[in-house]
Amino acid sequence: MNMSGWGKYPEIEAQVLTPSTEKALQNIIRTGSADGVTPRGLGRSYGDSSLGKLMVKTLRLNHMLSFEPQSGLLHCQSGVSLAEILEVFVPRGWFLPVTPGTKQVTVGGAIASDIHGKNHHIDGCFCDHVDFLDLLTGSGEILRCSPHEQAQLFHATCGGIGLTGIILSAAIRLKPIQSAYIDQVTSKSANLRESFELFEKQAEQPYSVAWIDCISSGDKLGRSLLMTGKHAEHGALAAHHNPGLSIPLDLPSFILNPYSIKAFNTLYYHKARQRETRATVHYDPFFYPLDGIGHWNRMYGKNGFTQYQFVIPKEAGLQAMDLILRTIVNSKKGSFLAVLKAFGKENRNLLSFPMEGYTLALDFKIEPDLFPLLDRLDAMVLDHGGRLYLTKDARMNAETFRKCYPKWEEFQSIRQQYGARHTFLSMQSQRLGLD
Amino acid sequence: MQNILIIGATSAIAEATAQQFAAKGHRFYLLARNEERLKTIASDLLVRGASAVETALFDANDTVNHRTVLEKAKATIGSFDIVLIAHGTLGNQKECETDPELALKELQTNALSTISLLTHTANIMEQQHHGTIAVISSVAGDRGRPSNYVYGTAKAAVTTFCEGLRARLHKSGVHVLTIKPGMVETPMTEGISAPDILLAKPEQIASDIVNAIEKKKDVLYTPWFWKYIMTAIIHIPNTIFKKSSL
Repeated sequence: MNMSGWGKYPEIEAQVLTPSTEKALQNIIRTGSADGVTPRGLGRSYGDSSLGKLMVKTLRLNHMLSFEPQSGLLHCQSGVSLAEILEVFVPRGWFLPVTPGTKQVTVGGAIASDIHGKNHHIDGCFCDHVDFLDLLTGSGEILRCSPHEQAQLFHATCGGIGLTGIILSAAIRLKPIQSAYIDQVTSKSANLRESFELFEKQAEQPYSVAWIDCISSGDKLGRSLLMTGKHAEHGALAAHHNPGLSIPLDLPSFILNPYSIKAFNTLYYHKARQRETRATVHYDPFFYPLDGIGHWNRMYGKNGFTQYQFVIPKEAGLQAMDLILRTIVNSKKGSFLAVLKAFGKENRNLLSFPMEGYTLALDFKIEPDLFPLLDRLDAMVLDHGGRLYLTKDARMNAETFRKCYPKWEEFQSIRQQYGARHTFLSMQSQRLGLD
Repeated sequence: MQNILIIGATSAIAEATAQQFAAKGHRFYLLARNEERLKTIASDLLVRGASAVETALFDANDTVNHRTVLEKAKATIGSFDIVLIAHGTLGNQKECETDPELALKELQTNALSTISLLTHTANIMEQQHHGTIAVISSVAGDRGRPSNYVYGTAKAAVTTFCEGLRARLHKSGVHVLTIKPGMVETPMTEGISAPDILLAKPEQIASDIVNAIEKKKDVLYTPWFWKYIMTAIIHIPNTIFKKSSL
């Protein structure tokens, strides 16, 4: 079966298994495969993190196992999606401790990517709210891992992009909310410096993110809309509805061209008329604006796209971001999806992406002269001590990876110790030298 | 709160349907063969909002025990507001063509056991004068196709049986829903290649079922477009149909 990640690039001819029980999954691992096994959830990682010749989907391990209403601790299997958690728990006054820009990811995927959200500067990553997880290792045994139990394996698995084993279940601490709504403030900034200043000024806001214009240059370079939010105190505890709108087929790739993107960016920027606007919005459009359009990845055409996401340490800050953004703007290849965000402190997980500083994420349509540009951007990111996000990646080389993630050797030795090497692999891991 | 009996509770469609009913706080009695999976599903439904979940082991082909099993279920939860019959197998058509014993076994699992269960359930529900019996049949029962006519025969029997039973129970206030799913992405259909657009998720089928039960529909094609596909297939004349490999 032909498989790809969310970016529809690259593709692989794979065998895909979807076991219904943990036991069946265990049997697959015990039987093994010369090509290794690649765990996969909802396939929302953009590149090749979830691609391999033998892919094992966790989507039928979608049971919730227990919930403690006093503490908000939810123990569920790894194939449960964040959307399902919201559907079940928002009406009871609980919310995800950390959520990415889509709710269509599994708990297993959220842990393997150690995802971050708009509250990283305050609440850290998803795995910082995981009490424990049960991991199926290369030998077929199931180990409970937590910061206190098999701690090394825990910190390798959180953010370990599925390369230490298959996560079977996890216990997550949900957070209490009074309302399903978010008090949102949108502020406009005229350029990159102002955008950075806004992040500093709004640092105490629980949620913040900026949509940055990646087309305008000169004085307008880095102009953005900064959105901050906090959970409202009033409003119904109503979960989201499933989307009605969907892109049914791959659109012709010429639909996205420099003119259409520029038009979109300009419209988007001018959507906010005043310097600051306030609104109370449901969590769904606030956190998941793109979930409203099913299969938006088809917009980039059948050749697909890649999302480039990097982080620059705080010290390098404005100057580095200015340089990189200028290169992107001059390339005229940037998309309208450019997201800027300030990160808080990094955690102990070996391959976790966030570090204190600023991250920028944007889409690029796959075209022949794209990769040389991205290689140039890689060099600039590394030069400033930054790193790239594995969950978005489809093309970085092993050397770049090692510079981004200096703890990779420790990661490999833990994989060795727990029988994960040569057993849990992906197209990405083989490209990055994690065999 | 309603009392829901699910027969074949570990089937993907039954499970997805139960998850949606759980969110409404209903109470469940689940029957299936695999104890471990029943336990997992029970805890899942409880977390999702079910007010109570009872489970019992059950083999659909053990028809002698059907009455005892159903009476025990009734005694445990009091009454049946909704009964969902969802067990089944998708046998290997090619093997059935060479081995009639296998073909009969498929008919036993997919038709005779269901008819036995329906008869006992109908008699219990006729006495209580309310409730809905929802039965998973299939679009495969609408026409005998060379690719799966053994399974199709079983489902045709179930569909026809339900049609008669619906009319019989109508005066006692009991409703019968015949569910005809098209192709669904479940363990049962794993390995069958089908275009993505035709392959529905169990969750989609489940919300259609919940909706059809609430609206007391008689026959549900799910997803909806199968109604039109099957209407077209039914109308192909045999002179042409017999040359097809559908």
